[in-house]
Amino acid sequence: MITEKKRQIFIFLIFTAAALSAPILLKGNYLLNVFVFVGINTMLAVALNLLLGYAGQISLGHAAFFGMGAYISGIITARFPVDPFLVMILAALCSGALAFVIGFPILKLKGHYLAMATLGFGIIMYIIFNETVELTGGPSGLSGIPNLHIGSLIFDNDLNNYYLVWTFTLAVMLLSINLSQSRIGRALRAIHDSEVAARVMGVNARILKVQIFTVSAVISAVAGSLYAHIMTFIAPASFGFNFSVELLTMVVVGGLGSIYGSFLGAAILTMLPELLRVFQNFDIVIYGLMLILMTMFMPGGLVSGIWAIAEFVAARIRKRKDDHAQA
Amino acid sequence: MLRLNGITKVFGGLTALEDVSFSVTGESITGVIGPNGAGKTTLFNIVTGLYTQTSGDVYLGGKNISFFNTEALAGLGLVRTFQNVELFGQMTVLENVMVGLHTGSKSGIFSCAFKLPRQIKEEKYIKKMSLEWLEFTGMADHAEMKAGNLPFGKGRLLEISRALAAKPRVILMDEPAAGLNSRETAELALLIRKIRKTGITIVLVEHDMDLVMDICDSIVVLNLGKKLAQGTPREIQENPSVIAAYLGEG
Repeated sequence: MITEKKRQIFIFLIFTAAALSAPILLKGNYLLNVFVFVGINTMLAVALNLLLGYAGQISLGHAAFFGMGAYISGIITARFPVDPFLVMILAALCSGALAFVIGFPILKLKGHYLAMATLGFGIIMYIIFNETVELTGGPSGLSGIPNLHIGSLIFDNDLNNYYLVWTFTLAVMLLSINLSQSRIGRALRAIHDSEVAARVMGVNARILKVQIFTVSAVISAVAGSLYAHIMTFIAPASFGFNFSVELLTMVVVGGLGSIYGSFLGAAILTMLPELLRVFQNFDIVIYGLMLILMTMFMPGGLVSGIWAIAEFVAARIRKRKDDHAQA
Repeated sequence: MLRLNGITKVFGGLTALEDVSFSVTGESITGVIGPNGAGKTTLFNIVTGLYTQTSGDVYLGGKNISFFNTEALAGLGLVRTFQNVELFGQMTVLENVMVGLHTGSKSGIFSCAFKLPRQIKEEKYIKKMSLEWLEFTGMADHAEMKAGNLPFGKGRLLEISRALAAKPRVILMDEPAAGLNSRETAELALLIRKIRKTGITIVLVEHDMDLVMDICDSIVVLNLGKKLAQGTPREIQENPSVIAAYLGEG
C-alpha cells in the first residue's frame, strides 16, 4: 500500500527529473527559451495560487509585485556594481514589506471589494513604473541590466537560464507543497471554506491572510528579479493589468489549490501566444474567454477536470464491458 | 467556569439582550432555552467574541474575556459549534479535525514550508490526536471523506469532533439537535454526556425540550432578551413565569 505522502514525494521526484532533463530533448530548440519563461510564470502562478487557491483571497494586482522585484533589481544593478543576488534579496524584502503594510487594510475587504482594492494597487504601481522616468526609464524601459553570475558562471544563454530559473521554480513548488500540507495550509483552506468557523477554532484569519499575501509577494518579486536579469531590459508594459489577468487565468486554468496545476496553467498560457500570433492584440480577449469557459465547465481547473473526464470514460468502458458480459 | 455579568446588547434601537447574568459551574451541562427571538444565539455570539456587547462582562474561569477576539478564545479553551453546521467543506473529515488542533500546535509558515524536524513531529501528533477524536465521536470510518459530502447528522458530529480537538474547557453548542432525527438525537445525548465525563463544561442552546430536560443539570430561560429563570429541569418545568412565557398567559 502506497501512502499518500509517498505518492506525493514520488510525483515531485518525477516532475523534478522531467524538468531537469527537458533541456536534453530541447537542445538548440527555441522552446528552451520559452520554458525559461514557463518557469518564471510557474513561480508567479504558484505565488498567486497560495493566496487565491488556498486562502481564497483574490488579487488583481500581482503583476505589481513582479514588477517591483524586476525594477528594484534592474535599477540598482544597472547603475551600481553590486552582487545581483544580494539585490534580489533586497527586492524580495522590499516587496514583502510593502505587501505586509498594505495587506492589513486591504485584506480586511472581501470579494469584489478586495478585487477592486488590489486592482487599484496594481494600477498605482504601474503608474509609478511609467512616470518615474529618472528611475525606471519610463515607458521606453530600463536597459543595461547585467546577467546574473556565480563566480565565472554567467547566466547569459538559454541553457544556463533554464537551470537557474527552474532551480528557483522547483524550490518554490516544493516549499508550497510542504506548506499546503501543513497546519498553515489547512488553516488557509479553512479560512477559504468558512472564515468564521476557522476563527472559532483559533485560526487568526487576519494575520494569516497578511502573512500569505506577504509570502506571495516575496515569491513574485524573486520571479521579477530573475526576469529582469534574464531579459536585461524591462518596460512597464510587462507589469500592467493585462499581466495580472494573465496570471489569474493561469491559476484558474490549472486549478485553484493545485501546485502542479499552476505549472500547467503557466505552461499553456506562456505557449499560447506563440500559437495565437494571428490574434495579435486580442490575447486579453482569449484570456477572458478562457476564464469564463473554465469557471463554467471546469471550475476545479484542468488537472482535476481531466481527472474527472478520465474517471467518467473509465466508468463508461467498465459499464460497456459489464453489459457485454451480461449479453 | 463561565460567568456572564449584566450582558446587554443593543442593535440600533432594538435591545436584544438586557442585563443577562448567570454562571455555569465546571463540568456541568447547562441549557439555554427560550422562544424564538429571545436572544440565545446573540448571547452565544457575544460570549465567543463574534459580537461585542453594549455593556456587561464575560468571565472564563475567573478571567475577564469580554474583549478578547474570537480566535484568542479558542486558545483559552472556549469553542463553539454552529446552528447551521459550519464545516470546511472542501477538506476531508480528518483535515477538519486537524484544524481543531490549530491552537494546540505552533509551527509557523517558515518551519512548515521547510519541513523542519519539529514540524514533522508536530504534524504526526496532530494526526494522531485527530484520529483519536474521530474515534471518540464514532466518525473514524469517515476520516478520508470530503466533509462537504457528509449527511447533515454526521456533519454535526464532525463539528463536535473538531471542537473537541481544540481541547476546550467549555463548549458552546448552538442547537446541536436541530435537523437530527430521533435516533441521532438519542446518540447525541449520549455523546454530550460522554464529553462531560472528560471534564468539559457544556452550554447548549436547544429547542428540543425532551433533550434539554433529559441531559441538562441546569437551565437558563431567556425571554425577550431578559433572563426569566434559572434552575434545575424540574424547577424550570414548574416555574409559573416560564410556563406563561411558553404557553402564553391564560
